Amino acid sequence: MSNIPSHLQYTESHEWVGVEENGNARIGITDHAQEALGDLVFVELPVVGDEIGQGDPCAVVESVKAASDIYAPVSGQVVAVNEDLDGNPALINADPYGDGWLFELELIDSEELEGLKDAEAYEETLED
Amino acid sequence: MPKRTPLYAAHIAAGARMVDFGGWEMPINYGSQMKEHDEVRQAAGMFDVSHMTVVDINGPQARHFLSYLLANDVAKLTEPGRAFYTCMLNQQGGVVDDLITYFLDEDFFRIVVNAATHDKDMAWIDSQARAFDVVANERPELAMIAVQGPKARESVLTLLPESDARAVAALRPFRAGQFGELFIARTGYTGEDGFEISMPAESAVAFWEQLIAAGVAPCGLGARDTLRLEAGMNLYGQDMDENVTPFEAGLAWTVALKDDRAFIGKEALLDQKARGVDNKLVGLVLQGRGVLRPGQRVVTDAGEGMITSGSFSPTLQQAIAFARVPQAAGGTCQVDIRGKLLDCNIVRPPFVRNGTVCEGIV
Repeated sequence: MSNIPSHLQYTESHEWVGVEENGNARIGITDHAQEALGDLVFVELPVVGDEIGQGDPCAVVESVKAASDIYAPVSGQVVAVNEDLDGNPALINADPYGDGWLFELELIDSEELEGLKDAEAYEETLED
Repeated sequence: MPKRTPLYAAHIAAGARMVDFGGWEMPINYGSQMKEHDEVRQAAGMFDVSHMTVVDINGPQARHFLSYLLANDVAKLTEPGRAFYTCMLNQQGGVVDDLITYFLDEDFFRIVVNAATHDKDMAWIDSQARAFDVVANERPELAMIAVQGPKARESVLTLLPESDARAVAALRPFRAGQFGELFIARTGYTGEDGFEISMPAESAVAFWEQLIAAGVAPCGLGARDTLRLEAGMNLYGQDMDENVTPFEAGLAWTVALKDDRAFIGKEALLDQKARGVDNKLVGLVLQGRGVLRPGQRVVTDAGEGMITSGSFSPTLQQAIAFARVPQAAGGTCQVDIRGKLLDCNIVRPPFVRNGTVCEGIV
């Protein structure tokens, strides 16, 4: 069974969003997504300073099996990317909600968060 | 309803992630494709390949029939137990399928064709066989396990009765024999040493479990694909199909054109050879970061081509691919990955053999 922490919010396209203490949104892919993709071997992240709109494809994660676009769950400016993934994309497999985070956005419109799914609603999408 | 092999329950018990492959529910991995890949390169891994189609060609004209059906020449198979890799072609020289052919007796050859092409292969073989005194007997009751890796042979030998173990240990590459209920061939699809072993379906689970106890790791189709890609081995439907001749698929070495033997597709191949072959299959090694994938556009000095198979190579820790490109292409090229042109070296596969990166690859 997939691990779905209750303190995060989710999209149907299997991204998670966690709001940091400073109000920024940290984004990654879910445990379900990393498992479905298999061993990750390459990550293409946005550049710090990029302005990203909600729903934009803004990163790519590639496993041995396939490439998968990452869509921004919310709009914002990129304030940090996880540079550790550069040499070690397998961090996403090992710890998708922790060391395997992808990037952080400074939110433009915090109301966008309300449109995301909570853990329970995300879990339901996996059952279909 | 997808078909299941006799090892289906064993895969589930081992934690396999199952996918549909040519109408069969098969394991893609048992957790980590990369670990399984490394297991085969460094020790021993095994694959359930029971979905593949085993066909026995029986009858007094078995050799005569295969001499006509196959692009490689069965006259090369002089002693019982010898095997080769070959294509069967259509009249236009396109590849109907690729297969291994075993010579067992003058009235008994065995071929193993792909699972995904089962129906068209059987229809093709049966239609061509009508003119000969042969029968093509499918053997769906056989399961098949490929045990591959530097420790694969010794792991299998420990499971055999002593008299068989001696004979099986003496099998040279591309040789096979029947040992009790096991048909054991020293062949594979990984670039490592090992055996492909056929057995009655009811014996498969026990044999699989014995292999696990002997330290052989179950491996899925995911690792099988990266292993065969590194080993420079084509995948039917991806690297060649009915619209591509062996000359355009890096398989000229499997075609025996020299003597006056007639075989299906020969005229077309001779024509193509006389006119000149426009394209060739080459290996690519991506020079930067990223992953090569089938369908990506290849830009060379001699014109454009396309990647047919591509992935991340766990052994090289770099992306590698096969690409069909214009005949004159060489040196370096660029591949279009999501709109960016990235540099690749053009190389001659295989990339990896027996656990080692081949010369000239990096």
